[in-house]
Amino acid sequence: MAGLLLLGLAACSRHEAVPESAAGDSAPAYGDTLVEASIGDISGLIPNITSDSSSHEVGGLIYSGLIRTDKNLRPEGELAEGWDVSPDELTLTFHLRKGVKWQDGEPVTARDVDFTYRYMVDPKTPTAYGEPFRQIRKAEIVDPYTYRVTYEKPYAPALLSWGTWILPSHILEAAWKAGVDLRTTRQNRSPVGSGPYVFKEWKTGEKIVLESYHDYWEGRPFLNRVVYRIIPDQSTIFLELKAKNIDMTGLTPIQYRRQTDYPAFRKAFNKYRYLSNSYAYLGFNLRDPRFQDKRVRQAFAYAIDRQEIVDGVLLGLGQVAVGPYKPGTWWFKPDVKTYPFDPARAKALLAEAGWKETNADGVLVRDGKPFSFTLRTNQGNQVRQQTAEIIQRRLRAIGVDVKIHIVEWAAFINTFIRKRDFEAILLGWGLGLDPDQYEIWNSKMTGPDELNHISYSNPRVDALLEAGRRTFDEAKRKAIYGEFQDIMAEEQPVVFLYVPDALPVVSSRVRGIEPAPAGISYNFTKWYVPTDEQRYTR
Amino acid sequence: MLAYLVRRLLISVPLLLGILCLSFLMLKLAPGEPTVIQQDLQARATGAQRETLRQLYGLDKPIYVQFWNWISRVARLDFGRSYMPDGRRVIDKIAERIPITLGLNVLELIVIFSVAVPLGILSASRQHSGFDKATTVFVFVGFATPDFWLALLLMILFGVQLGWLPISGLRSLNFEYLPFWAQVWDLLSHLILPVLVAAFGGLAYLSRIMRGSLLEVIRQDYMRTARAKGLPERAVLFKHGVRNALIPVVTLLGLMVPGLLGGSVFIETVYAIPGMGQLFVQSAFSRDEPVLMALVVIGASLSLLGNILADVSYGLVDPRIRVSGQGVAE
Repeated sequence: MAGLLLLGLAACSRHEAVPESAAGDSAPAYGDTLVEASIGDISGLIPNITSDSSSHEVGGLIYSGLIRTDKNLRPEGELAEGWDVSPDELTLTFHLRKGVKWQDGEPVTARDVDFTYRYMVDPKTPTAYGEPFRQIRKAEIVDPYTYRVTYEKPYAPALLSWGTWILPSHILEAAWKAGVDLRTTRQNRSPVGSGPYVFKEWKTGEKIVLESYHDYWEGRPFLNRVVYRIIPDQSTIFLELKAKNIDMTGLTPIQYRRQTDYPAFRKAFNKYRYLSNSYAYLGFNLRDPRFQDKRVRQAFAYAIDRQEIVDGVLLGLGQVAVGPYKPGTWWFKPDVKTYPFDPARAKALLAEAGWKETNADGVLVRDGKPFSFTLRTNQGNQVRQQTAEIIQRRLRAIGVDVKIHIVEWAAFINTFIRKRDFEAILLGWGLGLDPDQYEIWNSKMTGPDELNHISYSNPRVDALLEAGRRTFDEAKRKAIYGEFQDIMAEEQPVVFLYVPDALPVVSSRVRGIEPAPAGISYNFTKWYVPTDEQRYTR
Repeated sequence: MLAYLVRRLLISVPLLLGILCLSFLMLKLAPGEPTVIQQDLQARATGAQRETLRQLYGLDKPIYVQFWNWISRVARLDFGRSYMPDGRRVIDKIAERIPITLGLNVLELIVIFSVAVPLGILSASRQHSGFDKATTVFVFVGFATPDFWLALLLMILFGVQLGWLPISGLRSLNFEYLPFWAQVWDLLSHLILPVLVAAFGGLAYLSRIMRGSLLEVIRQDYMRTARAKGLPERAVLFKHGVRNALIPVVTLLGLMVPGLLGGSVFIETVYAIPGMGQLFVQSAFSRDEPVLMALVVIGASLSLLGNILADVSYGLVDPRIRVSGQGVAE
């Protein structure tokens, strides 16, 4: 499922705090409850038509996809035990595992997969994830355990898109055919899935309770229950964690560094740390002639001390970004052009671009106009606001005047981003598990609702992004995206700032957690609490 | 009395209509659309999909059509369906939360009244005593303390350090398995901190009003008459003093209802209590307009109801209004 979300935890294997009681002291045992905190209530239990991370997290335990990603972020079979790619790379054939049952006892077959496909491409379905499925030319049920899809053109992100949650056709198909909005069905409040956990109850605004599915195809999960407590306030979650009423949550940099570093906390919890699958950037409106000059953007890259942002704002919990991909992925190119902090060089580049004179305030002037712009970012993100202030100070030092404007999220997107009415923005991208970034950088994707907000246009990049989608060959794709990263580094269409760390914390009584490039949650069903340390009996 | 009540109710009708109009306009004029939130920067959403969502929610219709549709449905208490992906009926979403918020507010009012009134009486009848000075200090501390700060301090002290009270939520995880009396205690223990924090400011305020009001009454001629005819001091104070001093206090208590409802937004968020206030915050952040507008209408109606009740009780404690029917509220 992780292929199409913005939330898949994924990372390189840098981690701290190996559980104190090393492996081997107690055998895996069934039982106990894991209590997690969720900042928002879920919006529904058919995750295919929700877009909030809480719904996806809960849904991910109840449902399963045809494939999933393993600890190294490689695709592996889930409901499918294998798949074939045709030589022309147009057709994918999935072979379903036999004997897998829905939680109500019905078998999982190709009919369920086919229903899910048809539901995802139905224009009436309110989903944001239908696009990869619309690339399919033909879909067919070969036999109850074989499903085949043929694409218009080879489409590399296709495989990961089949991580989408497969829905039970025996429960939903009749209603869907009758034109019923599936959000109003029982399945959306009390679902039947095929994943490791069975839905037990959902008390609106209070909690969601799941229980282990004993007939899960991979074996009964060790933890008997998972409870999501809905606590809408970040500081309350943290207090509940300190009082040990919550077993797992994510920390902020300051909590990680300063507020959890005492013996009692270290004894009760294990902190983990790995690179998150996202990056933050300083973007420019490239329709603005001042920013069209590559030298100006490069000057900004030299003028901003990114290590200072990582150290000062993230408290060292992250790293400097050099391009649009997360370090450690197979497609990441480490040896691209970098921009070490160098204000003198920044000034020289600006002078080359014609910004030579300064006015009485020390601001650079060209053709009588001072170099001054507004940097906009969204409200409610402390890290971004502090980053904006650091950028403001650093750019002022080279004679560029920056004003900061912080806007509520909906207004930010609708008034400024969609209408392209901005000079500069500070934003972040969550990344998929595939290097395809066609939607973000292709010059055709500049419509109001499309994602090339900055109006970047480079024919070579367009060609590379198209080519990268059209082959499954990893070596070829690596070369294609390598060249793409070189161009990004040279052109600096945005100034790439930092990749933050994910900072999950889990009760130390939980064993079996093995941090990997995919984060920690990939082997959740193998987590356990030794019998003598179990805390909840029911 | 009846004429007074009818008159009071009639005044509320245009007030309610005004509230309906204003709240609709405010929400519609705010920038941003619900569909934007639903697909915040998801790399796989396209314009056509967004258009689908707009049509589904009727956002493509002109604003007056949207307003008319909404008003005519409000009259039938049909607030439509939520924009959230659960697509549930708004009235269902609110109905399951109203009892929690109302219960919390009633508890808060009871605590405020039953602490503020004795406190006010004691400090007024012993003006300038040590007790009076101590409560004055307490009251000003109460005014000056920010809710969110007090809430966090109490949570840290009683929840984390001492471990006497639960930090947040409404019930323990094992609530269903507890015997009845343990369930009652479980619920109460979860309510102690939020009710205390929510009541603190109002309590300080009202005890001050009670003190001032009683001090004024004590100096009235009829108090001197009561003492002159030889009544014991207790009877003078309670029969003649307190009863008269309560009049403004009762009114103010009714007027506190909107403030407490507003306070629920914060209290329910910090203490993770699934009431209307929490729903309001969630809906505001996700631009869930049908829910927001329903909450504004219901909140405003409850506030109006609070005012009416205050006026009625004002009439009950003050015979002059009841008899003449000419009493003016506020």
